[in-house]
Amino acid sequence: MDLATQEGEFLVLLGPSGCGKTTLLRMIAGLEEPTSGTILIGGQVVNDLPPRARKIAMVFQSYALYPHMTVLKNIAFPLKAQGLRREEIPKKIEWAAALFGIGHLLGRKPRQLSGGERQRVALARAVVREPAVFLLDEPLSNLDAKLRASARDELQQFQRRIGTTTIYVTHDQIEAMGLGDRIAVMQGGRVRQLGTPVEVYAEPADTFVASFLGSPPMNIVEAPDCLVGFRPEHFLPRDAYDGGASLIALGLRVTRVEYLGADRLVYGVLEGKFQGAKVLARLPSTVTTPVQAGRRYDFAVPEKEMKFFDPGTRLRTAARSV
Amino acid sequence: MAARPTVRRLAGRGGHLGLIGLFTVFSAFPFYWMLITTFKRTSDLLKRGNNPFVYNQPPTLENLRVLFYDTLYVQWLANTFFVGLLVVLITLVLAVPAGYALARLTGRVGEHLGIAIFLTYLVPPTLLFIPMSRLIADLGLQDSLWSLVVVYPSFTVPFCTWLLMGFFKAIPRDLEEAAMIDGYSRLGAFVKVVIPISVAGILTVIIFTLTLVMQEFVYALTFITAARHFTVSVGVPTFLVHGDVYFWGSLMAGCFIASVPIAVLYNFFVDRFIAGFTAGAIK
Repeated sequence: MDLATQEGEFLVLLGPSGCGKTTLLRMIAGLEEPTSGTILIGGQVVNDLPPRARKIAMVFQSYALYPHMTVLKNIAFPLKAQGLRREEIPKKIEWAAALFGIGHLLGRKPRQLSGGERQRVALARAVVREPAVFLLDEPLSNLDAKLRASARDELQQFQRRIGTTTIYVTHDQIEAMGLGDRIAVMQGGRVRQLGTPVEVYAEPADTFVASFLGSPPMNIVEAPDCLVGFRPEHFLPRDAYDGGASLIALGLRVTRVEYLGADRLVYGVLEGKFQGAKVLARLPSTVTTPVQAGRRYDFAVPEKEMKFFDPGTRLRTAARSV
Repeated sequence: MAARPTVRRLAGRGGHLGLIGLFTVFSAFPFYWMLITTFKRTSDLLKRGNNPFVYNQPPTLENLRVLFYDTLYVQWLANTFFVGLLVVLITLVLAVPAGYALARLTGRVGEHLGIAIFLTYLVPPTLLFIPMSRLIADLGLQDSLWSLVVVYPSFTVPFCTWLLMGFFKAIPRDLEEAAMIDGYSRLGAFVKVVIPISVAGILTVIIFTLTLVMQEFVYALTFITAARHFTVSVGVPTFLVHGDVYFWGSLMAGCFIASVPIAVLYNFFVDRFIAGFTAGAIK
């Protein structure tokens, strides 16, 4: 694996559980030793440095707040450990607390805080000593869904404001797409693709990336000499397209329709060219064509939205005619 | 219909209180028994027709007088606390790092090693005092309280190591790792974060060690010969049981005075520290 962050970047490590993303993060932090290879922070090889000497800050999935200390002491902890002068500490704490709006919580113990407050305290503790790199290990996964959206927003704003290089581990593609400047999609200890959210979504490097990103995932059907992929949202009834783009027409026998409000999910089996392949179409509510289960419809995919993969290596190959 | 849930709730609460009452009586009765016996006249104790649960004759301080003036009870108490304190210190110095190491650093091997260490606790002193007495003689510690200071850790350390191992395992690794990233070495993280969180465990170890030391009998009986070096557990039965004559009042007074501090420690500290001490660390 070869992965370099850019200065001030928000890099997301995304992958299913067990893909090695947390292990990678822990190696960067110095909590685990790589069997081979080098890790550089700010151009300096840090393999032999203990975690405390790496100028990093980490926010754990569990937040790891020290339960026997008040919020104030939690935030002061890294400063004291660094041997900062006593009179400078309150200033720094004030700054970090203001950054996250937790000034009123300083006297409390972690157990008296809500999930969102704990997360902010954990972030404040990480920010307070102004690290070279921020490491975040699924910091939002303990929050409920409603809080998560606003926490995501806060997190990004704060990262933009302080401009510290950030490495963020998650298995949640929405977090990854929403937060990352770039995303490293990982599987089985390897980086499958590194790119901006647009790149990894629109131009997946292999079938894993194609089917891991997107909800529902990309349809992948077998052609005689290659694999063909297309996103459910590009697979619409023929009459939803108004000419212009060159289309690939596909017959679809609909087996089930799910109405989800903003869009409809249409499950079906292809006819004709990819006979028998199960596929999924996602029709936005702006497409009003009536679709019923048990009937056959003419669907189509714009030709440029077709992605081709090698059936052996499962890597992306050049576009070809279908 | 409306009345039924109320009846059921009352019955439930009654059962709850009844159960608590039962346990309270069960735990408190020995103390009550020791306390009333302490102040009973011997004739009151021995007369068969008397109600044993109350005073049939006026209470007396005679038993306490015997305990404090006719025996070396105060000296024995001092001896017991002297040995107890030193053994607690030795136990903490050895068991805290050992328990932590077993919980964290050696992985699966640590678990087996922990069990093996615990097993040594199960070898009874009645078996070990024979080789131990040779050792004590070689060290020249016969009839000295130091012999107990040296020997007692042989059973307190294994048990407390095992106990602390459990406590340390319950502390999330994240906390230490956070402290290591925040600027401490592993040792620093241990001292600054793990130890303060484990106060409950360490307190348990202290109380447990004190209890073991106070009740230990075999080693104290075999290694100590002079009365002024006795601990409470040996002194009281040796001097207050003459053949088949039991000085019940003084015996009970001796036991009561020795057991109260431990009971107080248990009741007032352990609960408070265990409850919710680690709450809020994670999740």
